Parts: sequence; C-alpha cells; structure tokens
Amino acid sequence: METALLFILIIMLAGALYALYAKDLLSAVVSYGIVGFALVIAFLLLQAPDLAIVQVVVETISLVIMISVLIISTREDLQETPVAKIKGASYVHLRHMVYVAAALVITGLFLYFFVVSTSMLPVFGEHHTRMATEYIQHGAEKTGAINLVTGIVFDFRGYDTLGEATVLFTAVIGVLAMLRLTGKKEGL
Amino acid sequence: MVLFVMCFLLFLVGLYGVLTRRNLIKIIIALSIMEYSLNLFFILIGYVKGGEIPILKKAGTVPAVVVDPLPQAMILTAIVIGLATTALLLAIAIRLYRKYKTFDVSGINALKG
Amino acid sequence: MNGMSLIVKKVTQLMAGIIFLYGVYIMLHGHLTPGGGFAGGTIVAGSFILLIVANGIRVFGLHREEQLSSAAESIAILVFLLLATAGMLMGAMWFFRNYLPHGTPGNIASAGVIPIYNLVVGTEVAAALLTIFLGFVIFKAED
Repeated sequence: METALLFILIIMLAGALYALYAKDLLSAVVSYGIVGFALVIAFLLLQAPDLAIVQVVVETISLVIMISVLIISTREDLQETPVAKIKGASYVHLRHMVYVAAALVITGLFLYFFVVSTSMLPVFGEHHTRMATEYIQHGAEKTGAINLVTGIVFDFRGYDTLGEATVLFTAVIGVLAMLRLTGKKEGL
Repeated sequence: MVLFVMCFLLFLVGLYGVLTRRNLIKIIIALSIMEYSLNLFFILIGYVKGGEIPILKKAGTVPAVVVDPLPQAMILTAIVIGLATTALLLAIAIRLYRKYKTFDVSGINALKG
Repeated sequence: MNGMSLIVKKVTQLMAGIIFLYGVYIMLHGHLTPGGGFAGGTIVAGSFILLIVANGIRVFGLHREEQLSSAAESIAILVFLLLATAGMLMGAMWFFRNYLPHGTPGNIASAGVIPIYNLVVGTEVAAALLTIFLGFVIFKAED
C-alpha cells in the first residue's frame, strides 16, 4: 500500500518537473494531465471514491479548456535568453554571493521548521478520528443518508456547500466579464 | 512519513514554477500543481490503516475501521473551486495575449511607471 | 469550428445521451452510492462539452449567446438558497435544517431534503461549467 502510493507520487513528481521544463506548450499541458490522472489513482488507493469521480471529470474539462486556449494563441515556449557575457568582467559579483547566501539561509530555516512540524504529525495510517467518530456512529440515523460524505457535505456542513456554490458563481461572473466586452474600443 | 515529505516536494516544485518561469501558461500550470498537492496532503492525513470507504452497506451496520470522512467532504468542494479559479486565470491569460501578442510576463508592463 | 469527421460526429451523438443519463443517475443516488451532486453535475457538463467539441460550434445555435445556461445556473442557486431558508422557517430557527421525513435509510426516498439538494447543486455546477466553456467558445468565434 505504501509502496504503491510512493510509486504514484514519483510519477507525479516526474510529470510536474517535465511540465515546467518542456519546450513545447502542448507537451507541458499533457504532462500536467499526467499529474491529474495519477492523483485519481492515489485517491482510489486512499479509499475516497467520491473524490476520484470528481477529479477525473474536472481534470478532463480543465485539459479541454487549456488546449482550447493554446489553439487560439500559440504553441511555442519563450526562448530563454542566455546571460550576456561582457568581455573581461568577472562572473562572480558581490550581489550574486549575497543572493545565494540569503537563499541558503531561508532554505535552511524552511527545512528546520518543516522537520519540526512533520515530527509532530501522526504516522501515516495511525489517524485517530476524534471529530468524526460522532459522525460515523450516528450519522446514518441523524441524516438518514447511508453515504456519510454526502450527509456531511449537505447536512452537517451545509454552509460550506453554500460557500462553494457562491465561489463557483463568482468565478463564472469573472470569466464572462473578462471575455465578453461588448462595444470594444480600439486597441483593447 | 516519506509520503508527507514527497507531497511537500510536489508543493515545492509548484512554487518553483510560479517563481521562476516567465511563460504565463507555465505559471498557471504550476499554480494548479500546488493545489493538487494540497488536496492529496489532506486525504493522506485522514487515512486509517485497514480502513474502508465511508459508505455503509446497510443502515445500522457500521464497519469497524472506517477512513475519516471529514477531510473528504472538505476536499470535495475544494476540487471544484480549483477548476473555477484555473478557468478564470486562463480567461485573463487569453485576454492578455490578445492585447500584447505574447505570454511573456516581463513584457506585460502597462501598469508600470 | 467545423467539428470533426463524420464517424466522430455520429459516435458522439449516440454517446452523449448515455453520458447525460449516467450523470443524472449519479446525482439522484447521491445519498446511497459514491458520487453526489458535484460528481453528477460535472459529468452532465462533460456530455454537453463533448457534443460541442465534436460537432462544431453551431450545433445548438449556441454560437450567438450563452444566456440560457447562465440563467439556468442563477435559477439553480436561487432554489438552493430558498430551500435552505425554508428549513429555517419550519421548526427551530436553524439554517439548513433537514425538515422532510427521513424514511428508512437505504431506500431512494430517504434522507429528507438531501436528494433535492443533490439535484439542485448538480444543475448549478453543470450550468456553471457549461457557461465557462461557452464563454471561451464564443470568444474564439467572434474573432
């Protein structure tokens, strides 16, 4: 079980790294699709079938929208301009050394806090459900639904569902406002 | 424990992409990868070893070991919200391309100066 | 803009109805099997997007406006809010109260008002995703 999840995470990391370095934008979008679909397998291995169904369809729709954006515009990535070398100037400046030193210090701080906080996390698999024991034992009689996740989403935590519907609505308003300027002025 | 570290590494890969890439589409892809790593982290926390899915077979028979259903309910809405924000970012990106004819973020500087 | 070849058009016209029914099935049985409102809503949106991608933009006359799906989304979220406040007015003053009779768990007509919530949220999500996609399509068409 853990080895299977480790393998899936390695695939996700490889896909994510390639998506950032691809020269062609269409290859980057396909590699981003690899990350999304490997996440579906990870959700199924972690016993979450509701999330797997939603993630499959959401990933497909997101890929279709991204490819339609690429068809309208362009397919190539930008040329990474090489650093111009001035004859006779040294490559090592004081500013570069300060930047590298600051980056190392901040990375060290980040790593220290990360190690401290993950040592306090429970071991993977030893999760003790404190808040959810009440929902699991009595959820079926209190809400009448035998799908506990739906019972929590619509009955115990209905307010969060209202918030999600509002965010989705706002995003649609934003997209329509960005894409449909009727009465275009020149140059816009 | 190794799984948590690798999930965090995926988040860092996304963060690196947002900070260092100049192409707008790659910035949007990296932002979405960060969201995926966060969703995976929540579900990894809620997993109980040997647990079953949180759906009862018949009313009244609760299985002995059940995976925590509360993070799953939270992340169910978070996935759909992630799609909505990615679509909004792509709408902004295609508008910028129409005006500036490029996806380079260092060339889009109409608000500067 | 013209859609794909004839084989793809005919196959998608056959499959889109089945995918739509599957989405409605997952929406209706949300309190019994995995799925629920969000999963069913995205699948219904997926069937419409499949039709538009395979048949070109002019398939429903949708290349002019997207106001029908936008109106459907607004009406769906309004019904959701009305149902939630109706729960507040019956009985205790408590938002989102589950006020219809619960029935025996395991039947399809159980769990109070949750199946109705599933349907309403499903249509809202489907209409929202369809409106986003139509926005992109119309933006491309009116070059």
